[in-house]
Amino acid sequence: MLIGAAPFGIIYGVLAIGAGVPIVLAQAISLIIFAGSAQFIAAQLIGAGASGLVIVLTTFIVNLRHALYSASLAPYLKELPRGWKWLLSYLLTDEAYAAVIAHYRNNAGVPNKHWYFLGAGLGLWGCWQASTAVGIFLGTEVPPQWSLDFTLALTFIALVVPVLKTRADLAAALVGGVVAVAAFGLPYRLGLILAAFCGISAGLMVWRLQK
Amino acid sequence: MSLWLVVAIAGSLTLLIRLSFISLLADWDMPPLARRALHFVPPAVLTAIVFPELLLRNGELAFSADNYRLIAGVVAIMLAWKVRRIMPTIAVGMAVLWLLQSFP
Repeated sequence: MLIGAAPFGIIYGVLAIGAGVPIVLAQAISLIIFAGSAQFIAAQLIGAGASGLVIVLTTFIVNLRHALYSASLAPYLKELPRGWKWLLSYLLTDEAYAAVIAHYRNNAGVPNKHWYFLGAGLGLWGCWQASTAVGIFLGTEVPPQWSLDFTLALTFIALVVPVLKTRADLAAALVGGVVAVAAFGLPYRLGLILAAFCGISAGLMVWRLQK
Repeated sequence: MSLWLVVAIAGSLTLLIRLSFISLLADWDMPPLARRALHFVPPAVLTAIVFPELLLRNGELAFSADNYRLIAGVVAIMLAWKVRRIMPTIAVGMAVLWLLQSFP
Protein backbone atom coordinates (compact mmCIF):
# COMPACT_ATOMS: atom_id res chain seq x y z
CA MET A 1 0.00 0.00 0.00
CA LEU A 2 2.85 2.39 0.83
CA ILE A 3 4.51 1.61 -2.47
CA GLY A 4 1.23 2.43 -4.21
CA ALA A 5 1.59 6.12 -3.35
CA ALA A 6 5.18 6.34 -4.62
CA PRO A 7 4.48 6.62 -8.37
CA PHE A 8 2.10 9.52 -7.71
CA GLY A 9 4.64 11.34 -5.59
CA ILE A 10 7.19 11.02 -8.39
CA ILE A 11 4.66 12.10 -11.01
CA TYR A 12 3.62 15.08 -8.88
CA GLY A 13 7.26 16.17 -8.55
CA VAL A 14 7.83 15.83 -12.30
CA LEU A 15 4.62 17.73 -13.17
CA ALA A 16 5.27 20.51 -10.67
CA ILE A 17 8.76 21.17 -12.03
CA GLY A 18 7.40 20.91 -15.59
CA ALA A 19 4.76 23.53 -14.75
CA GLY A 20 7.48 25.88 -13.52
CA VAL A 21 6.90 25.57 -9.76
CA PRO A 22 10.13 26.45 -7.90
CA ILE A 23 11.89 23.41 -6.36
CA VAL A 24 11.52 24.40 -2.71
CA LEU A 25 7.87 25.34 -3.15
CA ALA A 26 7.13 22.05 -4.96
CA GLN A 27 8.42 20.08 -1.97
CA ALA A 28 6.74 22.44 0.52
CA ILE A 29 3.37 21.84 -1.17
CA SER A 30 3.76 18.12 -0.41
CA LEU A 31 4.46 18.99 3.24
CA ILE A 32 1.81 21.68 3.71
CA ILE A 33 -1.13 20.52 1.56
CA PHE A 34 -0.30 16.77 1.56
CA ALA A 35 -3.14 15.72 -0.78
CA GLY A 36 -2.07 14.11 -4.04
CA SER A 37 -4.89 15.05 -6.38
CA ALA A 38 -5.20 18.63 -5.11
CA GLN A 39 -1.45 19.06 -5.49
CA PHE A 40 -1.54 17.97 -9.14
CA ILE A 41 -4.16 20.59 -9.87
CA ALA A 42 -2.51 23.28 -7.75
CA ALA A 43 0.73 22.73 -9.69
CA GLN A 44 -1.13 23.06 -13.02
CA LEU A 45 -2.81 26.26 -11.83
CA ILE A 46 0.45 27.78 -10.59
CA GLY A 47 1.99 26.92 -13.96
CA ALA A 48 -0.93 28.61 -15.75
CA GLY A 49 -0.50 31.74 -13.65
CA ALA A 50 -3.90 31.45 -11.93
CA SER A 51 -4.73 33.93 -9.19
CA GLY A 52 -4.23 32.95 -5.55
CA LEU A 53 -7.96 33.00 -4.89
CA VAL A 54 -8.63 30.50 -7.69
CA ILE A 55 -5.89 28.18 -6.41
CA VAL A 56 -7.28 28.30 -2.86
CA LEU A 57 -10.90 27.78 -4.01
CA THR A 58 -10.00 24.89 -6.32
CA THR A 59 -7.94 23.14 -3.65
CA PHE A 60 -10.85 23.56 -1.26
CA ILE A 61 -13.37 22.03 -3.69
CA VAL A 62 -11.08 19.15 -4.63
CA ASN A 63 -10.33 18.33 -0.97
CA LEU A 64 -13.86 18.80 0.32
CA ARG A 65 -14.48 15.06 0.00
CA HIS A 66 -12.11 14.57 2.95
CA ALA A 67 -14.91 15.91 5.16
CA LEU A 68 -16.70 12.63 4.42
CA TYR A 69 -13.68 10.67 5.65
CA SER A 70 -13.58 12.88 8.72
CA ALA A 71 -17.26 12.19 9.46
CA SER A 72 -16.78 8.47 8.90
CA LEU A 73 -13.80 8.17 11.28
CA ALA A 74 -15.01 10.63 13.91
CA PRO A 75 -16.89 8.08 16.07
CA TYR A 76 -13.75 5.95 16.38
CA LEU A 77 -11.52 8.87 17.37
CA LYS A 78 -13.74 10.78 19.76
CA GLU A 79 -11.99 9.66 22.97
CA LEU A 80 -8.54 10.74 21.76
CA PRO A 81 -6.80 13.89 23.11
CA ARG A 82 -6.82 16.93 20.87
CA GLY A 83 -3.19 16.57 19.79
CA TRP A 84 -3.87 13.12 18.43
CA LYS A 85 -6.94 14.35 16.55
CA TRP A 86 -4.94 17.11 14.85
CA LEU A 87 -2.05 14.81 13.97
CA LEU A 88 -4.27 12.06 12.57
CA SER A 89 -6.34 14.61 10.66
CA TYR A 90 -3.21 15.99 9.02
CA LEU A 91 -2.41 12.44 7.88
CA LEU A 92 -5.94 11.74 6.58
CA THR A 93 -5.45 11.22 2.84
CA ASP A 94 -7.47 9.04 0.42
CA GLU A 95 -5.04 6.14 0.86
CA ALA A 96 -4.82 6.47 4.65
CA TYR A 97 -8.61 6.51 4.91
CA ALA A 98 -8.92 3.38 2.77
CA ALA A 99 -6.42 1.50 4.96
CA VAL A 100 -7.62 2.77 8.31
CA ILE A 101 -11.40 2.49 7.96
CA ALA A 102 -11.07 -1.21 7.06
CA HIS A 103 -8.87 -1.76 10.12
CA TYR A 104 -11.33 0.02 12.44
CA ARG A 105 -14.30 -1.91 11.08
CA ASN A 106 -12.62 -5.31 11.18
CA ASN A 107 -11.13 -4.98 14.69
CA ALA A 108 -14.01 -3.63 16.73
CA GLY A 109 -12.86 -4.85 20.17
CA VAL A 110 -9.13 -4.25 19.77
CA PRO A 111 -7.74 -1.27 21.76
CA ASN A 112 -5.19 1.34 20.61
CA LYS A 113 -6.14 1.31 16.96
CA HIS A 114 -5.00 4.93 16.70
CA TRP A 115 -1.43 3.60 16.65
CA TYR A 116 -2.26 1.67 13.49
CA PHE A 117 -3.66 4.90 11.99
CA LEU A 118 -0.49 6.75 12.98
CA GLY A 119 1.73 4.03 11.54
CA ALA A 120 -0.11 3.85 8.23
CA GLY A 121 -0.37 7.65 8.04
CA LEU A 122 3.31 8.27 8.79
CA GLY A 123 4.35 5.52 6.37
CA LEU A 124 2.34 7.11 3.57
CA TRP A 125 3.58 10.55 4.56
CA GLY A 126 7.25 9.50 4.43
CA CYS A 127 6.70 7.74 1.14
CA TRP A 128 4.98 10.83 -0.30
CA GLN A 129 7.73 13.25 0.77
CA ALA A 130 10.52 10.98 -0.51
CA SER A 131 8.84 10.26 -3.84
CA THR A 132 8.08 13.96 -4.33
CA ALA A 133 11.81 14.63 -3.91
CA VAL A 134 12.63 11.93 -6.49
CA GLY A 135 10.13 13.46 -8.92
CA ILE A 136 11.58 16.95 -8.42
CA PHE A 137 15.07 15.52 -9.03
CA LEU A 138 13.98 13.78 -12.24
CA GLY A 139 12.05 16.90 -13.22
CA THR A 140 12.41 17.66 -16.88
CA GLU A 141 14.24 14.36 -17.58
CA VAL A 142 10.87 12.63 -17.95
CA PRO A 143 9.55 13.13 -21.51
CA PRO A 144 5.96 14.41 -21.88
CA GLN A 145 5.22 11.52 -24.32
CA TRP A 146 5.01 9.24 -21.27
CA SER A 147 1.70 11.02 -20.54
CA LEU A 148 2.20 10.60 -16.80
CA ASP A 149 -0.36 13.34 -16.15
CA PHE A 150 -3.04 10.87 -17.30
CA THR A 151 -2.65 8.95 -14.02
CA LEU A 152 -4.61 11.77 -12.34
CA ALA A 153 -7.70 11.09 -14.47
CA LEU A 154 -7.29 7.33 -13.96
CA THR A 155 -7.03 7.72 -10.17
CA PHE A 156 -10.21 9.76 -10.10
CA ILE A 157 -11.99 7.22 -12.30
CA ALA A 158 -10.99 4.51 -9.81
CA LEU A 159 -12.22 6.64 -6.90
CA VAL A 160 -15.51 7.79 -8.42
CA VAL A 161 -16.90 4.70 -10.19
CA PRO A 162 -17.40 2.66 -6.98
CA VAL A 163 -19.32 5.49 -5.23
CA LEU A 164 -21.95 5.74 -8.00
CA LYS A 165 -24.67 3.70 -6.34
CA THR A 166 -27.95 5.55 -6.94
CA ARG A 167 -29.55 7.56 -9.75
CA ALA A 168 -28.91 10.71 -7.75
CA ASP A 169 -25.17 9.87 -7.56
CA LEU A 170 -25.16 9.30 -11.31
CA ALA A 171 -26.96 12.61 -11.91
CA ALA A 172 -24.41 14.47 -9.78
CA ALA A 173 -21.57 12.83 -11.69
CA LEU A 174 -22.96 13.33 -15.21
CA VAL A 175 -24.03 16.94 -14.67
CA GLY A 176 -20.70 17.73 -12.98
CA GLY A 177 -18.82 16.18 -15.89
CA VAL A 178 -20.86 17.77 -18.68
CA VAL A 179 -20.79 21.25 -17.12
CA ALA A 180 -17.03 20.94 -16.63
CA VAL A 181 -16.62 20.20 -20.36
CA ALA A 182 -19.02 22.96 -21.43
CA ALA A 183 -17.43 25.53 -19.10
CA PHE A 184 -13.84 24.53 -19.77
CA GLY A 185 -13.23 27.77 -21.66
CA LEU A 186 -13.69 29.85 -18.50
CA PRO A 187 -10.37 31.23 -17.28
CA TYR A 188 -8.28 29.37 -14.67
CA ARG A 189 -10.49 26.33 -14.42
CA LEU A 190 -13.32 28.24 -12.79
CA GLY A 191 -15.43 25.77 -14.78
CA LEU A 192 -14.47 23.16 -12.18
CA ILE A 193 -16.05 25.14 -9.35
CA LEU A 194 -19.17 25.84 -11.44
CA ALA A 195 -19.38 22.13 -12.39
CA ALA A 196 -19.06 21.02 -8.76
CA PHE A 197 -21.89 23.36 -7.79
CA CYS A 198 -24.17 22.19 -10.66
CA GLY A 199 -23.38 18.51 -10.06
CA ILE A 200 -24.17 18.70 -6.33
CA SER A 201 -27.41 20.60 -7.10
CA ALA A 202 -28.43 17.98 -9.69
CA GLY A 203 -27.79 15.18 -7.20
CA LEU A 204 -29.91 16.95 -4.59
CA MET A 205 -32.75 17.50 -7.06
CA VAL A 206 -32.91 13.87 -8.17
CA TRP A 207 -32.69 12.77 -4.53
CA ARG A 208 -35.64 15.07 -3.66
CA LEU A 209 -37.73 13.81 -6.58
CA GLN A 210 -37.15 10.19 -5.63
CA LYS A 211 -38.09 10.62 -1.99
CA MET B 1 -0.65 37.26 -3.20
CA SER B 2 2.63 35.39 -2.75
CA LEU B 3 2.56 31.73 -3.75
CA TRP B 4 3.80 30.79 -0.29
CA LEU B 5 0.83 32.49 1.33
CA VAL B 6 -1.52 30.78 -1.16
CA VAL B 7 -0.04 27.38 -0.32
CA ALA B 8 -0.26 28.09 3.42
CA ILE B 9 -3.94 29.03 3.14
CA ALA B 10 -4.75 26.04 0.90
CA GLY B 11 -2.92 23.74 3.34
CA SER B 12 -4.72 25.18 6.37
CA LEU B 13 -8.09 24.77 4.67
CA THR B 14 -7.24 21.16 3.78
CA LEU B 15 -6.35 20.46 7.42
CA LEU B 16 -9.56 22.14 8.60
CA ILE B 17 -11.63 20.00 6.20
CA ARG B 18 -9.98 16.84 7.57
CA LEU B 19 -10.43 18.02 11.16
CA SER B 20 -14.05 19.02 10.55
CA PHE B 21 -16.04 16.15 12.01
CA ILE B 22 -13.18 14.60 13.98
CA SER B 23 -12.78 17.71 16.09
CA LEU B 24 -14.23 21.09 15.12
CA LEU B 25 -17.81 20.08 14.27
CA ALA B 26 -17.94 16.97 16.46
CA ASP B 27 -21.02 18.17 18.35
CA TRP B 28 -22.73 19.82 15.39
CA ASP B 29 -26.02 18.27 14.37
CA MET B 30 -25.67 18.73 10.62
CA PRO B 31 -28.90 19.57 8.71
CA PRO B 32 -29.93 16.65 6.47
CA LEU B 33 -29.73 18.80 3.32
CA ALA B 34 -26.11 19.76 4.04
CA ARG B 35 -25.26 16.15 4.81
CA ARG B 36 -26.80 15.09 1.51
CA ALA B 37 -24.99 17.84 -0.40
CA LEU B 38 -21.69 16.64 1.07
CA HIS B 39 -22.52 13.12 -0.08
CA PHE B 40 -22.63 14.37 -3.70
CA VAL B 41 -19.24 16.10 -3.53
CA PRO B 42 -17.09 13.15 -4.69
CA PRO B 43 -19.21 12.19 -7.74
CA ALA B 44 -19.64 15.82 -8.85
CA VAL B 45 -16.06 16.98 -8.31
CA LEU B 46 -14.21 13.89 -9.48
CA THR B 47 -16.11 13.60 -12.78
CA ALA B 48 -15.76 17.36 -13.27
CA ILE B 49 -12.02 16.71 -13.37
CA VAL B 50 -12.17 13.46 -15.37
CA PHE B 51 -14.56 14.44 -18.20
CA PRO B 52 -12.48 17.31 -19.64
CA GLU B 53 -9.34 15.13 -19.44
CA LEU B 54 -11.02 12.47 -21.59
CA LEU B 55 -13.23 14.50 -23.92
CA LEU B 56 -11.22 17.62 -24.70
CA ARG B 57 -8.04 18.07 -26.68
CA ASN B 58 -6.55 21.56 -26.74
CA GLY B 59 -9.89 22.81 -25.44
CA GLU B 60 -11.91 21.25 -28.31
CA LEU B 61 -14.32 18.30 -28.09
CA ALA B 62 -12.59 15.20 -29.47
CA PHE B 63 -15.03 12.34 -30.07
CA SER B 64 -12.83 10.32 -32.39
CA ALA B 65 -10.94 7.05 -32.61
CA ASP B 66 -7.61 8.86 -32.41
CA ASN B 67 -8.50 10.32 -29.01
CA TYR B 68 -6.48 7.69 -27.14
CA ARG B 69 -7.19 9.17 -23.73
CA LEU B 70 -10.92 8.74 -24.25
CA ILE B 71 -10.48 5.08 -25.24
CA ALA B 72 -8.11 4.34 -22.34
CA GLY B 73 -10.45 6.19 -19.98
CA VAL B 74 -13.51 4.20 -21.08
CA VAL B 75 -11.57 0.95 -20.58
CA ALA B 76 -10.55 2.17 -17.11
CA ILE B 77 -14.17 3.06 -16.24
CA MET B 78 -15.36 -0.43 -17.19
CA LEU B 79 -12.53 -2.05 -15.27
CA ALA B 80 -13.13 0.14 -12.19
CA TRP B 81 -16.79 -0.92 -12.33
CA LYS B 82 -15.73 -4.59 -12.24
CA VAL B 83 -12.76 -4.69 -9.86
CA ARG B 84 -13.35 -1.54 -7.73
CA ARG B 85 -9.66 -1.19 -6.96
CA ILE B 86 -7.37 1.75 -7.64
CA MET B 87 -4.05 0.24 -8.69
CA PRO B 88 -5.27 -2.20 -11.39
CA THR B 89 -7.43 0.55 -12.88
CA ILE B 90 -4.47 2.90 -13.20
CA ALA B 91 -2.09 0.22 -14.46
CA VAL B 92 -4.46 -1.01 -17.18
CA GLY B 93 -5.50 2.53 -18.18
CA MET B 94 -1.85 3.58 -18.64
CA ALA B 95 -1.03 0.34 -20.49
CA VAL B 96 -3.91 0.94 -22.94
CA LEU B 97 -2.82 4.55 -23.51
CA TRP B 98 0.81 3.58 -24.13
CA LEU B 99 -0.20 0.77 -26.50
CA LEU B 100 -2.41 3.08 -28.56
CA GLN B 101 0.30 5.76 -28.63
CA SER B 102 2.98 3.36 -29.83
CA PHE B 103 0.95 1.90 -32.74
CA PRO B 104 -0.41 4.91 -34.58
